[in-house]
This record gives sequence, structure tokens and C-alpha cells, in this order.
Amino acid sequence: MIWFVSLLVFVMLASAIAVLLLPNMLAAVVASSVVSLALAVLFALLKAPDVAMTEAAIGAGLSSLLLALALRRLGLWRLDDDDVN
Amino acid sequence: MNMTGVEGIVLLGAIGLIMIGLAGLFMSNNVFRMVLALVILESGANLFLILAGFHGLGIAPIFLSNHAISDAGHMMNDPIPQALVLTAIVIGVGVQALALALILKIKAHYNTLDMSEIRQQMEYDLAKNNDVTLPASAQSPDSLVRSKVICQAEQTQPDHIQAKADVQQIGGSVNG
Amino acid sequence: MRNVSGLLFSGGLAFLLLVIATHLPFGQPLMLVGSDIIQASPHEVGSANVVAAILLAYRGIDTLGELSILFTAAAGVGLILGHRASQNVPPTQVKNNSGFISQKGIELMIPLLLVVGFYIIFYGHLTPGGGFQGGVILAIAFFLPVLVQSDARLDHNIISIIEGLAGAVFILIGLWAMFYERPFLQPFFNGLFAKGTLGELWSAGTLPLLYLALGLKVGAELAGLLATIADFSITETQGSLSEDDTQ
Repeated sequence: MIWFVSLLVFVMLASAIAVLLLPNMLAAVVASSVVSLALAVLFALLKAPDVAMTEAAIGAGLSSLLLALALRRLGLWRLDDDDVN
Repeated sequence: MNMTGVEGIVLLGAIGLIMIGLAGLFMSNNVFRMVLALVILESGANLFLILAGFHGLGIAPIFLSNHAISDAGHMMNDPIPQALVLTAIVIGVGVQALALALILKIKAHYNTLDMSEIRQQMEYDLAKNNDVTLPASAQSPDSLVRSKVICQAEQTQPDHIQAKADVQQIGGSVNG
Repeated sequence: MRNVSGLLFSGGLAFLLLVIATHLPFGQPLMLVGSDIIQASPHEVGSANVVAAILLAYRGIDTLGELSILFTAAAGVGLILGHRASQNVPPTQVKNNSGFISQKGIELMIPLLLVVGFYIIFYGHLTPGGGFQGGVILAIAFFLPVLVQSDARLDHNIISIIEGLAGAVFILIGLWAMFYERPFLQPFFNGLFAKGTLGELWSAGTLPLLYLALGLKVGAELAGLLATIADFSITETQGSLSEDDTQ
């Protein structure tokens, strides 16, 4: 249990740092989705199932969809990471 | 609080998320990345709140049909932070959509996402609308940048600026 | 300089939070309201899910305020980006359709998503879930066709009709409770909405109705947000600006 939680927190923090450091915006959006997913599992482990469902549906689903749509409209939807920043 | 158990690790995770989000807000120069940092900061605050209602051996705040209410009630986690976080997540996505709409409009008007460029062009627009000459600022000694900005702004949106100036004149005459 | 001060500030805040959190007795029943609500809510509200009881019965006006915040955000997005009439889209822009497999797969997924969304809304007072989660799933179900076919558009009129009706029903149920001498927005038990046994579908009075209105409102609001952002086109806006220049 405690090892699983440690791994989850490590993955969450690592992808949160990746959100700030990745040069490709699409990859950053995907990393923020990973943060939300790990957060949803943590909420479920903290015995808050309602919040876990909300975070999984909104944070990992709808919010990423919103960010990706805005990315496409901004013209930053690129799969290769040459100076996008 | 028991720092060695699960709570301690999750507490470190929540504080880490808040710190990463704040650092991203301060240090990034791209407006879109600032929105991403804001999302992370918000997630960290939510995790902190949920952790405040958690105690080690608690169960989820849902009654089952075979529960005796008073027995099960003592074991449950605090449901109030959970209800608060539930609304906070939904409001967060609304705020995020509003920020994204503003970013789309900024990109359409100024054709950049860089924070310092946006600020420069906005200062120029404000000064032009109010008939003020920009003082030579110490941070931008080169007149090249400003002349480029001026050319760009005049090329793209004289109508827009003119309309704003007209509105301002009308407002001024009404006030006068 | 700005980077260093930002790092210092966030590091200091993290240290402060850590110190405060280690000295506070987390998880102790500091807030007595929570345990009182847990003991009282099965008798007063009849909802097995205590979080749903808090959201709609004990803090119903908060939820109404939250709906109005969401409405303000959606209205702000609509105001900033503006609606584009769907018939103005030139046919050359209709392209980038995804393949046959993803289109048919999403056509198959839509009814399943609708069933799951309504199930989560209707059983929100018994199991984890409720209006917010189910509403988001409904919004995604309505938005998926727009994602795979670029010529499919959400009808903004239908969305605003659903949104307005759901909001009106939410407030009307709240006023109906005042008719039976209960506080505004409090679920009540009467006639068809009898107080059943804890854990059955008809056991929480009008709370499932309130949750249904909430879910439809949230779903319509979020689908409208997504559709507004998907409809916006930067190149068109810039094109219209340069057209103004030539005149």
C-alpha cells in the first residue's frame, strides 16, 4: 500500500514537472492529463470516491479535451518538438 | 499528523504540486503554459483539502444497507471537504475555459503568446488610445523593438484603435 | 531575478505549509459539523451518499451559486469568442474527417455513454457519482461527433434551451419545497416522493430530481463551452481584421 502510494506520488510529481519543462505543448497537455489521472487514483485511495470520479471525468477527460481543442485552434498542434515555445 | 504513513507521503505530494504550480506561474513566459501551471496548482490545493478530511482507518462516506448508522458514522471520513472539492473541480474547469478563450483572443489580436511581447503591445495600445507619448523605459532601450511593435500594430488594427479613440472622445464629451 | 524570487517564494510557501501541516492534528474530528451531518443525514435526507446530501440538502444554495459561476464562465466565453453562424462555414473548410472506423465506433459509443451518464446521475444518492460526473459524461457524449467530423456542429439553440429549462426546474423544485414549509432548495418527501428505506432508488425524496436538473445543466453548459471553443477560428478573425484595413 505505502509503496504503491509512493510510486503514484512520484509519477504525479514527475509529470507535473514535465508539464513545465516539455517544449512541445501537446506533450505538456498529455502530461497534465497524467497528473489528473494519478490524482484521481489518490482520491480513491483516500476514500473519497465522489471526488475521484469527478477528477477522472473532468480533470483527465474534459479538461484535456478543452486544452487540446484550444491547442489546435492556436496552431500549436505539432507532434515533433522543434522550437514550438 | 502521522508523517510516516500514507498521509505523510500524500502531504508531500500535495505540497509538491502547489510548489510546482506556483513556480510555473512565476517562471514561464508563455501564456498557455501559465494556464497549465494554474491547473496543477489547483489540483494540489484540492488534494490538500481532501487530505484534511482523511483519517487513517476511515471508510468512504456512503451508507450501505447493512450498516448500523451510528457505528458506521464514526468510521467515516469527513464528507464536507469532499463536497467542497467536488464543486471546486467543476468551477476550476469553467475558469480554465475562460482563460483559454482569453488566450485565443490574444493570439488573434497580437499574434503571439509571449508574455513580455503582449505586455509591450498592450502598453503601446493604451498609450496611443490616451494620446500619451510613451516614456523611454529602462528595460527596453532599443527603439528597434518599439518601432517594430508600432508598425505591426498600425498594420493590423488601425480601425480597432480608431473606434476605441472615438468611443473615448464621446465618453469624454459626455463626462465634460 | 524574477525566476529566483519566484522560486524563493514557492519554496518558502512549501516550507510554511509543511510546518503547519505537521503541527496541526489532521484527521482528528476538528470540524464537528461533519460528524453531526453524518449522524443526521440518513433520517433527515434519506440519501445513502452523505456527499450528495451535503451538496443538495445542507449546502444547496452553495450549489446554486456554483451553477451561476459556471453560467457566468460560459457566458463570458461566448461573449469573448462570439458565435459563428454555422452556414457561414465555406465548404473548403470541411475536411480532416477522421477515418471510417473512428466515426462508426463513436456512433456506437454515444448510446452507451448516454446510458452511463444517466445511470450515474440517477444513482447519485446511492453510489459515488451524481449530477456533476454524469453531466460531464453527457457533455462528452454530445460533443464526440464534433470531434470526429469537422462538418458536424452542435446546435447552440438546443443547448441553451436545455440549459435554461434545467436551471428553471432546479429553482422551481427549490421553491416547491417552500410550499411545503421546508427551507429553499431542501429536498422534501411527499406523495410520489415518499421516504423509502435507506439504500433503495426511491428513498431520498426530490433529491434525484434536483440531481437530474443539475446534471443536465452542467452537461449543457460544458458542451456549449466546448462547442464555442471548437467553432472559433483565429485565421478568420485575422482575415476579417485585414479586410477592414482595405476599406
